[in-house]
Amino acid sequence: MNSDPSLPPKSSVKPWNDPRVRSAVFQILAILAVAWVGYSLFQNTLTNMASRGISTGFGFLDSSAGFGIVMSLIEYNESMSYGRTFFVGLANTLLVSGLGIIFATIVGFIVGVLRLSNNWLIARLALAYIEIFRNIPLLLQIFFWYFAVLGTLPSPRQSVSIGEVAFLNLRGIVLPKPIFEAGSGAVGIVLIIAIIISLAIARWAKRRQAATGQFFPVLPVSAALILGAPIIAYFALGSPIGWDVPALSGFNFRGGITVIPELGALLLALTLYTASFIAEIVRSGIISVSRGQTEAAAALGLPPRRVLRLVIVPQALRVIIPPLTSQYLNLTKNSSLATAIGYPDLVNVFMGTTLNQTGQAVEIVAITMAVYLTISLSISMLMNIYNRAVALKER
Amino acid sequence: MNSEEHIIAPVESAAADEDIIIVRDLNKWFGQFHVLKSLNLNVKKGERIVICGPSGSGKSTFIRCINHLEAHQRGEIIVDGVVLNEDLKNIEAIRREVGMVFQHFNLFPHLSVLENCLLAPIWVRKTPRKEAIEIAMEYLERVKIPEQAHKYPGQLSGGQQQRVAIARSLCMKPKIMLFDEPTSALDPEMIKEVLDVMIELAGSGMTMLCVTHEMGFAKTVADRVIFMDGGECVEEGPPQSFFNNPQQPRTREFLDQILQH
Repeated sequence: MNSDPSLPPKSSVKPWNDPRVRSAVFQILAILAVAWVGYSLFQNTLTNMASRGISTGFGFLDSSAGFGIVMSLIEYNESMSYGRTFFVGLANTLLVSGLGIIFATIVGFIVGVLRLSNNWLIARLALAYIEIFRNIPLLLQIFFWYFAVLGTLPSPRQSVSIGEVAFLNLRGIVLPKPIFEAGSGAVGIVLIIAIIISLAIARWAKRRQAATGQFFPVLPVSAALILGAPIIAYFALGSPIGWDVPALSGFNFRGGITVIPELGALLLALTLYTASFIAEIVRSGIISVSRGQTEAAAALGLPPRRVLRLVIVPQALRVIIPPLTSQYLNLTKNSSLATAIGYPDLVNVFMGTTLNQTGQAVEIVAITMAVYLTISLSISMLMNIYNRAVALKER
Repeated sequence: MNSEEHIIAPVESAAADEDIIIVRDLNKWFGQFHVLKSLNLNVKKGERIVICGPSGSGKSTFIRCINHLEAHQRGEIIVDGVVLNEDLKNIEAIRREVGMVFQHFNLFPHLSVLENCLLAPIWVRKTPRKEAIEIAMEYLERVKIPEQAHKYPGQLSGGQQQRVAIARSLCMKPKIMLFDEPTSALDPEMIKEVLDVMIELAGSGMTMLCVTHEMGFAKTVADRVIFMDGGECVEEGPPQSFFNNPQQPRTREFLDQILQH
């Protein structure tokens, strides 16, 4: 027997009645079961593929793709490899998800605050927006924007002109393209200097407040500096950035950058759909801050906008962030609905055309799923870091 | 009767002649419900007033009207020479001079104790941060918790939180302090530490309006006790006569109820 008093007393329970022994036994059994299922799936797949004559492995990624993609952020042509199509699709997925997250956050926060407005009409309009966009299936909304709205735009020759520089038509929106000529680097340098000066102003303003109590309007001054300085530099240097304005030639536009309608429809649908959920999250976050907080801050003489900024929003954020994260994840995963209207995202290009042509289903599906998993986990991780930063400290 | 009155000597009154709060014919309705019925009150500088009454009598609503946390519908409130109306500038001007302590403390849980005390001086009074820290530490010392300055409200006991709330209000150097049942949400053993701070504050000549059920406190520091019931001021007078010789039957009934045990 164990007689050393510094050690915990030994259990006298029979091993088959000991919860620790029991749980260990069940865990070992579970691991064995999972391993067996995994092994038989793997063997089964290998046998089936061998019997159909499908070679396994990732060698196919190096062979030439031979098909075109309507939109690519990186250089791509038909002679490039299947591996390249993966990156084209990934870049398009990241583009639409990234833009979607930014726009949905902005729209969602604005609508969420408007929903709490004391103005009856504004609050009702925000409510109507939320209820409509939240309750219609996303795929339907994508079709709506693609076929019913963007699909009814005029042909290129009857384009809707926006100030004669941008044109909206059935094939998308054509924007002027900047051409960087000699001296344009200087404008960039001025921009960087303006940002550095703004940061210096912010630090100086903080120190001055600590010393004298005076506030300095950092935000408007910085905004004016960052926007104004490069514009002044641009004209002072004799307009070193040229613009390739699109021009109608024949049945289509030449020059400029074309944003395809598939991207426009998908982005609109993802943004407006997710924003309606974010609006409700923002509203619930603000409501969750007790009335006593507003009263205490107001009783100290803080004006309403300071109450919101210093007391309500910091506390609302900790309620908002976890569900906001899952909306970001939803948006990213929902972007795979792109395939329904032919926007060349990862699923459409890689899991669609590339899979069809190569037949390497197992590899391609595995890669694609791993990519979405990686993107989602990265977003979660970033949001968790941020959440920890705003979390309340208790105990 | 409560034995505290024999132990603590009444705090010397510092009331001056000048009226710092004037309330005339104050009326307020919540929808159809008439909560405050034609209240009148003049408070002199340095005067300490305790308001008591059964729950639902409108006493909290009354002091919340004084810094316009509740809007009144009829009548007039003048605080420190400023007329309280819907003008936001007037409301903010009055709130700068009137501190308030709540039943549930309402500390800002996302800010440390020190930051709670710095928020208003920095953003409202435009006090330099260094100076604001000095003032805050001075008041935290006065409420006897300077060592908790860097903790968060969630890490403190109820009594400590309420003392921080008092320090937070005092950091604005208010001319008037309103207390809305400051000890009602506290465990019995924490009530004394908060009352001690309030008694010390009363001794410093602060104008105080206090809604409370602590009759011992009322006897010790009040210059006047007001009894409210059904939105009306039923009886008022110095604590001596109010407790020993109440005139109105409703007052007598109330005092019997709360002093019984």
